Amino acid sequence: MKQRCAVVGIGQTHHSAKRADLSMAGLVREAALRALDDAGLGWDDIDALVVGKAPDLFEGVMMPELYLAEALGAQGKPLLRVHTAGSVGGSTALVATQLIEAGIHERVLTLAWQKQSESEATWASTAAIPFQVPLVAGAGGYFAPIIRAYIRRSGAPEDVGIKVAVKDRRNAVKNPYAHLRKEDINYDTVKDSMMLWDPIRYLECCPSSDGACAMVLTSEKAAAAAPHAPAWVHATAMRSEPTMFPGRNQINPQAGRDCAADLYKQAGITAPRKQLDVAEIYVPFSWYEPMWMENLGFSELDEGWKMSEEGATAFDGDMPINPSGGVLSSNPVGASGMLRFAEAAMQVRGQAGQHQLDGARLALGHAYGGGSQFFSMWIVGKERPE
Amino acid sequence: MREVAVISFAQSEAQADAGGVNEVEILMPVVSKAVERSGIERSEIGFIVSGSSDYLCGVSFSFVTALDAVGAWPPVRESHVEMDGAWALYEAWVKIQTGEVDSALIYAFGKCSQGNTDEVLSRQLDPYFVGPLWAGNASIAALQARTLIDDGKLSEADMAAVVRRSHLQAIDNTNAQLRGDRSIEELLAEPYVASPLRRFDCAPSSDGAAAVVIAAGDLARKLCRRPAWIEAMDHRIDLHGLGLRDLTDCPSARLAAERASGGKTGFDIAEIHAPFSHQEIMLTEALGLTGEVDINPSGGALAADPVMATGLIRIGEAASRIIDGSAGRALAHASSGPWLQQNLVCALGAA
Repeated sequence: MKQRCAVVGIGQTHHSAKRADLSMAGLVREAALRALDDAGLGWDDIDALVVGKAPDLFEGVMMPELYLAEALGAQGKPLLRVHTAGSVGGSTALVATQLIEAGIHERVLTLAWQKQSESEATWASTAAIPFQVPLVAGAGGYFAPIIRAYIRRSGAPEDVGIKVAVKDRRNAVKNPYAHLRKEDINYDTVKDSMMLWDPIRYLECCPSSDGACAMVLTSEKAAAAAPHAPAWVHATAMRSEPTMFPGRNQINPQAGRDCAADLYKQAGITAPRKQLDVAEIYVPFSWYEPMWMENLGFSELDEGWKMSEEGATAFDGDMPINPSGGVLSSNPVGASGMLRFAEAAMQVRGQAGQHQLDGARLALGHAYGGGSQFFSMWIVGKERPE
Repeated sequence: MREVAVISFAQSEAQADAGGVNEVEILMPVVSKAVERSGIERSEIGFIVSGSSDYLCGVSFSFVTALDAVGAWPPVRESHVEMDGAWALYEAWVKIQTGEVDSALIYAFGKCSQGNTDEVLSRQLDPYFVGPLWAGNASIAALQARTLIDDGKLSEADMAAVVRRSHLQAIDNTNAQLRGDRSIEELLAEPYVASPLRRFDCAPSSDGAAAVVIAAGDLARKLCRRPAWIEAMDHRIDLHGLGLRDLTDCPSARLAAERASGGKTGFDIAEIHAPFSHQEIMLTEALGLTGEVDINPSGGALAADPVMATGLIRIGEAASRIIDGSAGRALAHASSGPWLQQNLVCALGAA
């Protein structure tokens, strides 16, 4: 029998291209201390830590959580390090959730981070692998043909991506932690920005950020002592599929559909667009918003673009997506998934400040990684699940 | 807690250099063997989790291609730790404890021949103050061995005795890389790699992989005549900074062992993950292994060390001896980081 899990503390760094003011240890502490403060707890109250980040070559440190043990107050405690590519921030939170659900610990600090300014991420993720076809394309080069295929299959107008970019970047202006906060962004500035990997323009891409996100997860018993209202975990799911299997549908991956179906079943959701109040989803390139609308079952097949086009995903739309500004506005890769999970929890806790949606009660956090093959998701709610 | 047992284990033969065989090719037969021995259909396995490090092949996302070795179609519940596979097994054990699944496949791999393991592991050090010195892994471990000798806690001959026994034990282990009957005199005549460590005081650089299948309660009983029940598991981490540690002690191993054994000693065998000979002596004490415990019947890490799989192999080796009836109770240990910074203990029993 699973124990209930509550999110009682959330913290994140101010994300930017280069946090030259902080070491890696300083970066993780900035997020961790904010989460502990929110939870009204100190380092000694934490039973275990679950740390996540994407490739270690991004910082040039092998398994850096070993070195971060003192910065994270981990002495004498269990510490796990998760790495599931871009979805890692989400899966890290889920591994931590399970420590509570299994009844093993009462209070777990989970943290995900990346300090991309320590290296060059596109280079670090495209090293030539022996015995393997080198892509040497970076993430944008990998995903551009998939987006092109989506546009062709769905018949979407060519400018849907531009509209998503404008929407997310405007949302980010209301988020004090966002890396890119472009007050003057509009349709033309995105449209006129440089084409990087057709059809992805410069302003339709996520930035490369330094940043961290942390959450304190507790049992129901420990949550009773929390100073602020918790977010309750209603459902969790993860799915993976292989990169190179020729039978895959990379535009609408089955792993994503299976993951969402599992999640909705656990949370008793039959009409996600109606029942969920808000979703923070992993959109590193603008076109992934309409693509994930379909994969998550928010729209019919080939019609996700209509939601983006009609403003349904806008802050005042019927299915607000990424009110925080999303991955397009802040992308410390390893932390980006946890930021989605945390922002979803912030919405149902009513602590999202200027980007708070009125009356958000049920929210989805979503992350994906690899070649659209690793998915992790959770649903959090204002009310304790039955 | 739900009852969970190791029901099958497979590993590759450790090699100094597997040559043109890539990680997926090393892994595939190992995973297939572990699954076949478990008696579960691959599609029935509830959860898959692996342990590996991008740094061994110098490529980001190296675990992604490894997933091809398990055949993740239709999509699977799957996760990965950037840690030794022993911690992946811990994650799988937790997953079964939530009640979501009843079985799990755990795998780990390391192809150390693709780099200089001594230099690669030095990239675990504090990146600002220690890493830039480029002290190799053996040099770092040698500081610990020297401190132990200076404190009168052990001698170079004691270390050689550990090496001799490890290589002797490995004679019967067809998966080991180093084995044989080497006399103490012979071992002490070897030149220093990093004083006081000689060649065989250091684990060899190995290419290899391992896979384990675990299952809950009645499923384990149905599939395995004599399952190796996980009595308890615990893992802990110590501080990292050189100046913050008492190098002669290993408090995280001590704590993990206390919690995993629940004060119940009396292990028939122990598989210890000590990449350096002096660390086996430290760990034997820290893990409370007194009396008639057969330490490292497989030969341990000094006989084969496919980094990131070595800890998982300890659990697999210990469990295999329970499954085949040669041991009633076993302790398996895994370690990670410089000076045994992080330690995991898994207590296994036939009942």
